[in-house]
Amino acid sequence: MWQRLSSIFWLGTKELRSLKRDKVLLAFLVYSFSLAIYVQARGTSSDVHNASIGIVDEDRSQLSRRIANAFFEPNFNEPVLIEAGEVDAAMDASRFMFVLDIPPNFERHIVQGRPAEIQVNIDATAMGQAGIGANYIQAIVQREVSRFQSRSDRSAPLAIELVIRRAFNANGNPVWFASLMGLVNQVTMLTVILTGAALIREREHGTIEHLLVMPLTSLDIALAKIWSNSLVILLAATFAVYVVIVRALQVPVAGSIPLFLSGVAVYLFFATALGVFLGTVTRTMPQFAMLVILIIVALQMLSGGMTPIDSQPPWLQAITFFLPSRHFVSVAQAIIYRGAGFSNVWPSFATVALMAFGFFAAALALFRRSIASR
Amino acid sequence: MSGLGGIVEMPVVRLESVVHRYGKTTALAGISLDVPNGQMIGLIGPDGVGKSTLMSLVAGAKIIQAGRICVLRGDIRQRRHRDAVCTRIAFMPQGLGKNLYTQLSVFENLDFFGRLYGQSKRERRQRIDRLLSATGLAPFPDRLVGQLSGGMKQKLGLCCALIHDPDLLLLDEPTTGVDPLSRQQFWELIDDIRSQRPQMSVLVSTAYMDEANRFDWLIAMHAGRVLATGSPSQIKSQTLRDSLEAAFVSLLPGSTDDRQATLRIPPRPTNIEELAIRAEGLTRRFGSFVAVDNVNFEIERGEIFGFLGSNGCGKTTTMKMLTGLLPPSEGRASLFGKAVEAGSLDVRRRVGYMSQSFSLYSELTVRQNLWLHARLFHLPWKLRRSRIEQLTKQFGLESSLDQLAAQLPLGVRQRLSLAVAIIHQPEMLILDEPTSGVDPVARDHFWELLVGLSREERVTIFISTHFMNEAERCDRISLMHAGKVLACDAPDKLSDARGGGNLEQAFIAYIQTAEGSQFATSAPRLTPATLPANTDTSSAPPAASLFRLQRALAYSHRESLEILRDPVRLGFAFIGSALLMLVFGFGITMDVNKIDFAVLDQDRSPESRDYIGALIGSNYFRQQTSLYSQDDLERQLKEDRISLAIEIPPNFGRELRRGTRPQVSAWIDGSNPSRASTVEGYVQGVHASHLRDLAMKGGHLSARPDLRIEQRFRYNPTFQSVYAMVPSVPAILLVLIPSILMAVSVVKEKELGSIMNFYVTPTSRLEFLLGKQIPYVGMGLVSFGVLTIMDVFLFGVPIKGSGLMLLACAVAYIIAVTGIGLLISSFTSSQVAAVFVTTIVTILPSIQFSGLMQPVSTLEGTAHWMGVFWPTTYYMHASVGAFTKGLTATQLVGDFLALVAFFPVLTLLATAALRKQEQ
Repeated sequence: MWQRLSSIFWLGTKELRSLKRDKVLLAFLVYSFSLAIYVQARGTSSDVHNASIGIVDEDRSQLSRRIANAFFEPNFNEPVLIEAGEVDAAMDASRFMFVLDIPPNFERHIVQGRPAEIQVNIDATAMGQAGIGANYIQAIVQREVSRFQSRSDRSAPLAIELVIRRAFNANGNPVWFASLMGLVNQVTMLTVILTGAALIREREHGTIEHLLVMPLTSLDIALAKIWSNSLVILLAATFAVYVVIVRALQVPVAGSIPLFLSGVAVYLFFATALGVFLGTVTRTMPQFAMLVILIIVALQMLSGGMTPIDSQPPWLQAITFFLPSRHFVSVAQAIIYRGAGFSNVWPSFATVALMAFGFFAAALALFRRSIASR
Repeated sequence: MSGLGGIVEMPVVRLESVVHRYGKTTALAGISLDVPNGQMIGLIGPDGVGKSTLMSLVAGAKIIQAGRICVLRGDIRQRRHRDAVCTRIAFMPQGLGKNLYTQLSVFENLDFFGRLYGQSKRERRQRIDRLLSATGLAPFPDRLVGQLSGGMKQKLGLCCALIHDPDLLLLDEPTTGVDPLSRQQFWELIDDIRSQRPQMSVLVSTAYMDEANRFDWLIAMHAGRVLATGSPSQIKSQTLRDSLEAAFVSLLPGSTDDRQATLRIPPRPTNIEELAIRAEGLTRRFGSFVAVDNVNFEIERGEIFGFLGSNGCGKTTTMKMLTGLLPPSEGRASLFGKAVEAGSLDVRRRVGYMSQSFSLYSELTVRQNLWLHARLFHLPWKLRRSRIEQLTKQFGLESSLDQLAAQLPLGVRQRLSLAVAIIHQPEMLILDEPTSGVDPVARDHFWELLVGLSREERVTIFISTHFMNEAERCDRISLMHAGKVLACDAPDKLSDARGGGNLEQAFIAYIQTAEGSQFATSAPRLTPATLPANTDTSSAPPAASLFRLQRALAYSHRESLEILRDPVRLGFAFIGSALLMLVFGFGITMDVNKIDFAVLDQDRSPESRDYIGALIGSNYFRQQTSLYSQDDLERQLKEDRISLAIEIPPNFGRELRRGTRPQVSAWIDGSNPSRASTVEGYVQGVHASHLRDLAMKGGHLSARPDLRIEQRFRYNPTFQSVYAMVPSVPAILLVLIPSILMAVSVVKEKELGSIMNFYVTPTSRLEFLLGKQIPYVGMGLVSFGVLTIMDVFLFGVPIKGSGLMLLACAVAYIIAVTGIGLLISSFTSSQVAAVFVTTIVTILPSIQFSGLMQPVSTLEGTAHWMGVFWPTTYYMHASVGAFTKGLTATQLVGDFLALVAFFPVLTLLATAALRKQEQ
């Protein structure tokens, strides 16, 4: 037993030494856990940004001009005045995401207290922004109209006041979300690539056979790869959390970072096992690379880190329940944003660990068989 | 023979102070040489002395770094000359079937080469038939090259080289790893060809010194320099040695003459020993292929037992069964009287194994390698240091202890491998071709170590080799061929049994006996009529030109065959894109519905219940539990049970009735900001409509002018993600997968070596690129079809606009994206790099800057320009336009033209970046 542990340990140090020599992979690792997360967090914006807007002003009144002037950066580009006849063509050509149509006599109707109508044309194929942007436009128009009215007459105030507060991220700062999800995605990707590539490299160089004629079992070999690669990623993730996310990106962390990192450690067990699995089913590096891309994209897309799990159709949710990445994403969000403690997240920890264990057992069985059949 | 005197004057190849370096290593250190015309010239020397570099430089496949090389009366550095003479040169690179296509059949390979030289279908047929019957390959035109034996591969390689009647034939180690019979046949074949085409010069490199005797003229090389030139007899008499091997050793710089080239092996004590290895009826099958067929032998303790045979004859498989790496299909192997079970740890501690090729960690230093193995074999603590010190001294590794294993010369590396294999003092050593590629001196040194282990430490040594002179040093040998042991005895007894010649002749005789039962005539001799007639020099193949459709199509045809036979690439292309379509189509959705919410109702009045009712009635929200306190509210949010909490204050109803504006608070889970914004919008919407209802009921309607803001969701009235996402996703998949496959297909040729055919044949860069591109465009279009069918029938998103224009855009788009793949392939050199670089380069602009996340018109700065100059932008626009917006052909023509414009630009760039020679 003691001998086996020492074998696993020394074999793992060999992995670390090999990685140290692989400058390309190291550079990729450093980039992924520093710059990549930073750029991804800063670069993406889930908010409406620079939305193009066109205005058909058939009223040409003071009020219509005020409305037109109420759209400004960063949410909207400067509105472009167009003719009513241009609307269809302009929208077909995707020149504008929104076109506001202010009808003739709009101001007069408002002043006289008669019903008035403004039409907002929305390019509903721009899913990311159309809905939120439409809400903004509605709010802006309403505000301008009521300001205009309050100058001319006093109308009854709203009957109920609605105060909306956002918990956990009061200003809706997209950096918080993007940085953490960036980290989660990098953890998945790098771990799988690192572990799988290490295995295939051994196979391609013939060293795996060399290992197998030593007093080592396939379990020892797999565990050595798992602990060493997990350690590397865990260190990288620790760096990314403390330096990139907390220090550079100024994301406040509600919960305990050590707890989050232990969540990472549990998840790494799964991700390394996946790496071993993929490194076993594929024979060559190119096959591995192609398979990794397919699997990683699916893992990332369906984990809830890109779009919420709730938005998936129910049958898909039933499937994605079996993705450890989904549970890891929920653990990460709960700890970092909501400040959840161990008592809140332990069921997810247990789920991930259980799945990881099952997966590891399967990967190991396959690994054994693949060695025997060569 | 008229004019022969004139030809001899002019050397066929002339090298003037040629220098070639790879990084810091010097492969050729200033070589000047005249190679006589019309002769069979041997380039001899062990691996890594620069033979292959010299060959590729002469073939024009490598860029000359320094010096001058004239081939066939012209400077090969000049492109014009290369283009002119490449049809007169044939080059067969090192490695069994290195420039052949393993997924193609024998005939298809030859046919491809024939097409490259512009031969008509009739001509190809004739030439191929003649070559195949001349080489004895005629019975197997449809066998895949991957299933040929090493000897057959080399014969096929020769056929491919001879298909265009070259004047200069370059063969780089054509017989390495080939069985002796095939080797003999190969040389006979070359002799016959030369007798028919005496004007042809042949330059052959070899590491087998014994083969060199048959050449007219020799060039002995070592460490990038020429040691000597001359006929074999000249070299032997020059050095006063009677064998070429001995002559070569004495030519080596610093070789001391007192050192006897012959290694002394003390006789083995003859008393009967226990058995170390016993194999009984060992058989191993891989599918229907029998790799090892009923092998029996017994090896005594302390014996050096040799396994002699060509590549792929089953030596390695037998050894793996003995070490327990592979379970036998039938039969039994036992070591020291115990049966070998796959995975038995106990046996492993008693056995040292050194696998074919260097298999230690080349990224570790010598010291680290030794320590790692000492630890893994659980050497006792105290012994480790002394054992490592002892081995370092014994194997002469002191000076290189801190060097990386990768940087060691081959001979030292093999010593390190051996040191590691015996670090745990095994009783038995299994060595799989430990000395292939090692120079004769290092090989002798290695053997000294082995002899010491066997005779002094009584280690049983089981060694495989394809060198005859090594086999002669063993106590006993087994001759192995095609999975069978032909004979097993002491080397001299074996040679005596077959007429008393040398071991090689004995082996050939054994193989002939074995094969005689299968094939009546295995080596048909050439008759004068069997070779293609080439009296008419005017039918010479056309020289290289800018573009010839036939050559481009030859590449297309070959590539299509390869794709269709490669399940991995086919699977990636079709199953991969279908799978990702499902993932993206269902996974990326911005729809937020059924938001889980809870209410902290501190009022419990009819008015508050009314307000809650409005939320529930809106269909956006789904009420979970009731909340009891502020703490409860926070906890529920924290545990992610709800995404929205509504807090209604006490006295809400009373204040509403009084008109004092009660305040309702909504808490939204802000973890995911974009989702939070959507939820916020829904809450505000429901709130506003509830107020309107209240006003209507209370009759206050007239108090406020009714401003109606009508939101018209164009193209997608129900505002569902699916109508926007599903047409967008193919744009991403069609850029990602075809470009990866395209890049890999070119880089794969670089990695496997078949790119050589592009370097040395008259193929132009444009022919190569376009030829390879065509099948991938076809493949992309099939993907497009599959994805479109999925869009329409699985996701239920119909094509409202012009489907025909969409198809046209798809064609232009796939041509553009495969062009991107070609461009990337020109600066990546490994398939893995090609996959990852292509992914990184294509994914970012396709997802971020092409209008999926936000329209290109709203992007700023670099992002905007990346979007403008990226084809996905236009295809995604066209796809969403044709599917969801219902745009007509004329409305989409702008996108189509933009996509078409990418083709010439990308093709030009890729052509410019592709090199017609190796660096």
